[in-house]
Amino acid sequence: MKQRFEVLVSLKEGLADPQGKAIEDALPSMGWTSVSEVRVGKHIELTVDADTEDGALRVANQVAERLLANPVIEDFRVISQAEIT
Amino acid sequence: MAEGAVGTRASEATALGLTEEEYHQVVETLGREPNRAELAMYAAMWSEHCSYKSSKVHLRRLPADGPHVLVGPGEDAGVVDLGDGIACVFKIESHSHPSAIEPYQGAATGVGGIVRDVLSMGARPIALLNSLRFGPLEEERNRWLMSGVVAGIGGYGNCIGVPTVGGEVKFAPAHGPNPTVTAMCVGLGSADGLIPARAAGLGNVLVLIGSRTGRDGIGGVSVLASRTLGEASAAARPSVQIADPFSEKLLIEACLEMAEAGLLVGLQDLGGAGLTCAVSESAARAGTGVEVELDQVPLREPAMEPFEILTSESQERMLAIVRPDDLPAVEASCRTWGLQATPVGRVTGDGTVRARSDGAAVAEVPARSLAEDGPQYDRPMSPPLWLDDLLADDPARAEPPVDPGQTLLRLLASPNVAGKRWVYEQYDSLVQGRTLAGPGGDAAVIRIEGTARAIALSTDGNGRYGHLDPYLGGGHAVAEAARNVACTGARPLAITNCLNFGNPERPEVMWAFHQTVDGMADACRALGTPVTGGNVSFYNESGDSAIYPTPIVGMLGLLDDERRRMGMAFQPGRMVYLLGETFPELGGSEYAEVVLGRVSGRPPGLDLDREAALVGLLIEAAGEGLLASAHDCSDGGLAVCLAESAMAGDCGFRVAPSQDLAPHLTLFGESASRAVVSVDPGRATALERLAAGRAVPFSRLGETGGSRIVVEDVLDLPLADARDVYESAIPNLMEIRRAAG
Amino acid sequence: MTPRIGVVTFPGSLDDRDALRAVELMGGRPVPIWHGDTDLGGADAVILPGGFAYGDYLRTGAIARFAPVMDAVRDHARRGGAVVGICNGFQILCEAGLLPGALARNRGLTFVCRWVHVRCERPGTALTAAAGAGDVTPVPVKHGEGRYVADRDTLARIEGDGGVVFRYCSPDGRTGETWNPNGSTNDIAGVCNEAGNVVGVMPHPEHAVDPDLGPTGGRPLFESLLASALARV
Repeated sequence: MKQRFEVLVSLKEGLADPQGKAIEDALPSMGWTSVSEVRVGKHIELTVDADTEDGALRVANQVAERLLANPVIEDFRVISQAEIT
Repeated sequence: MAEGAVGTRASEATALGLTEEEYHQVVETLGREPNRAELAMYAAMWSEHCSYKSSKVHLRRLPADGPHVLVGPGEDAGVVDLGDGIACVFKIESHSHPSAIEPYQGAATGVGGIVRDVLSMGARPIALLNSLRFGPLEEERNRWLMSGVVAGIGGYGNCIGVPTVGGEVKFAPAHGPNPTVTAMCVGLGSADGLIPARAAGLGNVLVLIGSRTGRDGIGGVSVLASRTLGEASAAARPSVQIADPFSEKLLIEACLEMAEAGLLVGLQDLGGAGLTCAVSESAARAGTGVEVELDQVPLREPAMEPFEILTSESQERMLAIVRPDDLPAVEASCRTWGLQATPVGRVTGDGTVRARSDGAAVAEVPARSLAEDGPQYDRPMSPPLWLDDLLADDPARAEPPVDPGQTLLRLLASPNVAGKRWVYEQYDSLVQGRTLAGPGGDAAVIRIEGTARAIALSTDGNGRYGHLDPYLGGGHAVAEAARNVACTGARPLAITNCLNFGNPERPEVMWAFHQTVDGMADACRALGTPVTGGNVSFYNESGDSAIYPTPIVGMLGLLDDERRRMGMAFQPGRMVYLLGETFPELGGSEYAEVVLGRVSGRPPGLDLDREAALVGLLIEAAGEGLLASAHDCSDGGLAVCLAESAMAGDCGFRVAPSQDLAPHLTLFGESASRAVVSVDPGRATALERLAAGRAVPFSRLGETGGSRIVVEDVLDLPLADARDVYESAIPNLMEIRRAAG
Repeated sequence: MTPRIGVVTFPGSLDDRDALRAVELMGGRPVPIWHGDTDLGGADAVILPGGFAYGDYLRTGAIARFAPVMDAVRDHARRGGAVVGICNGFQILCEAGLLPGALARNRGLTFVCRWVHVRCERPGTALTAAAGAGDVTPVPVKHGEGRYVADRDTLARIEGDGGVVFRYCSPDGRTGETWNPNGSTNDIAGVCNEAGNVVGVMPHPEHAVDPDLGPTGGRPLFESLLASALARV
C-alpha cells in the first residue's frame, strides 16, 4: 500500500535563522507589529509503498533522518497523511 | 484535418494574439483552416518575440559582415574568429517581461536561455554579463525587483559555473513599471567544431535532451513578451518558469562532450515557442522537414494536449540532430551526466513539420512558413510631439553649482554612477579561472588559455540619450562600448545588441526604433564592429508609461597580448591626460538629472571619426605599453571619471583642466570620445606624439598622488569622502526596508 | 617524486577544473576522479572541489556525501591521507561527518564573492603544513552558505584542541565583524579533524595561485597539500 507523508524540517532551536529574521524584520514596516519568533524551515512531501503502515512510517523516518535533515543543525518531524489508493 | 467551426477557430486565433489578417495568411498558407495545434504553433512563431515582425525591415540596415565574422545574425548566436582556429560565440537577450512578474525566476531563466543559445553552437560558455534597468530604489517595488533579479542572475550563473564578469545597472523612473533585464553570454569553441542549428541529413534522429516537458509558459512568448503588462500581471504567474541550473550544468557538460566526440549533426536550444520553434527553425535552415512523435516526448504532467507539448517552454531542454548510428553513444553520454535523452522524431525531405500523436498526424505545416515566412510590418512612424520642447531646454543655461565639490559627491552617490559592489559581489566572477579583470572596470578581460590573447567585454546603453535623441542613443551605445573595450587596450571586433522599446504599434515608439537602428548602424560602420545578432524586445510599457528607448550593446574586443592590458586605477607619480575634447554639453547628463532635476537638452554630439581615432589611439598606446591607466569618460563627466580612477587605485590627484569653459561644464559635461589616461612622466612625450599623429586632441591635466581629489581653484576633497559616498549609496538605499522595521 | 592530487567531480561540481589546474601549476600531478568511481585512482591526496553538487537543492552537500567515491574518500582519511574540502567540498565533508559542524546560509542572505584574508590558527595540517601560526593570506570566497555553525560542545572542543585551521581577518591579522564575510561563528573559515589530515575551508585557494589572475595567497595552502601528499608517496 502507498502512504503519503509530510516531513517538516526546521532549524534546531537557538541556531541563528537569517531568513526568519529577515521576514520578522520586514513585518513591522508592513503593519504587523504583533508577530515574532519567525522560523523558516522546509516542507517535503513523499509517498512510500510498504506492506504495513508502520513499515511505511519507518522508511519515511529513515529518509528524513539520513537525507532530508542534517542532524547537526536541523530537527525534523514526519507526519503521516491519508493512505493513497 | 480541420476540426471545429471556422468562426471559433478565427476567434481562437485572436485570443492567441494573431490578427485577423495574420489568421487569413495562415489559412492561405495551408490552403485550409488550421487545427488547434497548428494554430498554437503559428501564434507562437508569428508572435513579435519569435518573428521580429515589426523590426525585421529595420534590422536589415545594421551592418552584419566583417572580416572576423564567422556566423552573423539568424543563428542561435553570432560567432567571431579570434585567430588560430578559436571561435568566440556571443549573444545578448532580454528577459524583461518575465522578470517584471517574478524577478528571481525571470532573471534566472533569462540567464539559462542565453547560455543555451551559446551552448547550441557547440561552444563552452565562459562569461556572462548583465545590463539592468530599474526604477528609482527609493521605491519598495524597485528594490524588490532589483534584489530578486540580482539574486536570480547569481543563483543561476553561480550554480552552472559560468562567471558573471561585468555589465551595468542603471535607474530611471521610466523603468519602474517595466524593468529591463538583459543577459549576455560569451562562449569559446574551435572554429571548425561549430555546430549548426540545422536539421540536416534525411533520416537523422531528433533527440530531446534534458528536462521533461510540462505546461510551462504555454503561450509564453505571445503572452509575456508580445504585449504590454497590464493589471493582470499577478495572474500571469502560472506561466512563470522555474529555473533548474543544475540540469543546465549537466546539459553543458553532456552537449560539449558529445560535440567533442563528433556525435552531433545539429544542436538547437528550446526557448520561446519551445519544440515548435526548435524543429521549424532547424528544418527551415537546412531546407528539410521533420516528423515528431509527440507520444515520445517525456512529460512532467499527465494528459498534455498536442498543442501544449508543441509550444511548452519548459526550461533546460536541447534538441540534438543525430545520425541513427550515433544514437547509442548519445544516449550513453547523456546517461553519464544523469540526463534523459529521448528520440522524438526524424529528419524528412519534404519541408514539412509533421507532428503525430496516437498514430495520427496532429499538425502538418511547412517549416518555412513558421520560421521564415511570417508576417512583416513596416509600421507607421512619427517623432513624439513633446520632443522639440524637451530638446530646447538646455541644462547648460542653468545656474552653475555653488559648491562643485559637493556636486561631485552628489553625483558619486547617484545610483547610476555609484559603486555596484552590492550587485556584483552576488556573482561568482572567478570560476573557470580566466578572469583577468572582473566587474567594476570599463570592460571585463578574459584570457584565452594556451594563447597570449584575451577578450574584452562590455555592455552599454544610455537611456536618457535614447529618450532625447534615439539616433544619438544608438550611436553612443556603440561608441561607449567600443571606448570601454579600448580602455583595456583591446580592439573592438563586433557587437551583439538588445533593443528594448515600448509598443511598436505606436508611431513614436517605432520612430525611435528606426532612429536607434540608424544611429547604431552608422556607429558600427565607422568603428568596424558589425552586428552579429541579438534580440528585440517590444511592448515594454504599461498604461501610458513606456521605457526609454534602450538599445543595449554587448561589445567584444580582442587583446593580442594580455600582458598589455590596462585598468582604470591611478598609481602615484603619473601624469594625467584627457584625450579628446570637451564641449559645453550638459544635455541629457547625469548632472542635469541629479542636480537640476531634469532630463532635457540635446545629448552630446557624436563625431564618429573622432571616436574611431580615440579608439585607435588607446589600442596603439596600450600595445606600446605607454599607458599606466585608461578610463572612459562618460556618465557624470570628467570629475566622476577622475574620481573613479582615484578610488580604484586608492591614489589621489591634483589637476588643473583648461579654463575655456565654465568649471561645471568642464567637470560634469559628458562630451563623447574622451578618456582619462595616466602615464609615466618619461613616456608623456611619446603619448603626446602618438595622439598628435592620430589627430586626437589632448590636454595635460595634472598628476596623480596623495590622498585628496583636487581640481585647482574648484574643488578639494579627501579621497576617503568620495569613496564613502560612492560605496555606500546603493547599500544604504537597499537597507531602507530593514531600517524602516 | 611528484605527488598525485585527486580532484573529485560530482554532478554540479564547478571548480574542479580550477583545482586540477592549480595542482598542475603548483607542481603536482592532477588526477581527475569521477563521483561514481570506487577508488581514488592512486591519488596521494584528494580535493573535494567547490560547486553545487546535485544543485545543492536539498541542502549543500546532502546528496553528494552518498556518492560511491565517498567510501574511498573515507578510507583514505581513516588511513591518515590528506583530504581537503573547498567550499562545497567543505560542506560535503561536514555532511559526511568527516568534519565537525555545518555550513549555514550567510548572515547577509546573499551569495558573496569577495577577496578576504584568513589567518592560520593551526599549522601542521594538510593545508597548513608549510604555514606558521598567525600567517595571514589573501584568498577569495564565493558562496551563499558559508556561515560555520556547530553546537556549543563541538565549538568548545574544536576551539580547545586545534580544530580551527583558519579565521577570517583583516589584512594585518585582526578579527572582527568587518572582516567576516558571512557571519561565521568565531570568524571560522576552515576546520580540521583531530589528526589534521582532513581539512575544510570556505575560501578558494585554487583561485589564488596564478599571479596573472590576482593575489597568490592560495600558494602556501597548495604547497602544504603537496607536502602532505608527498609525505605519503
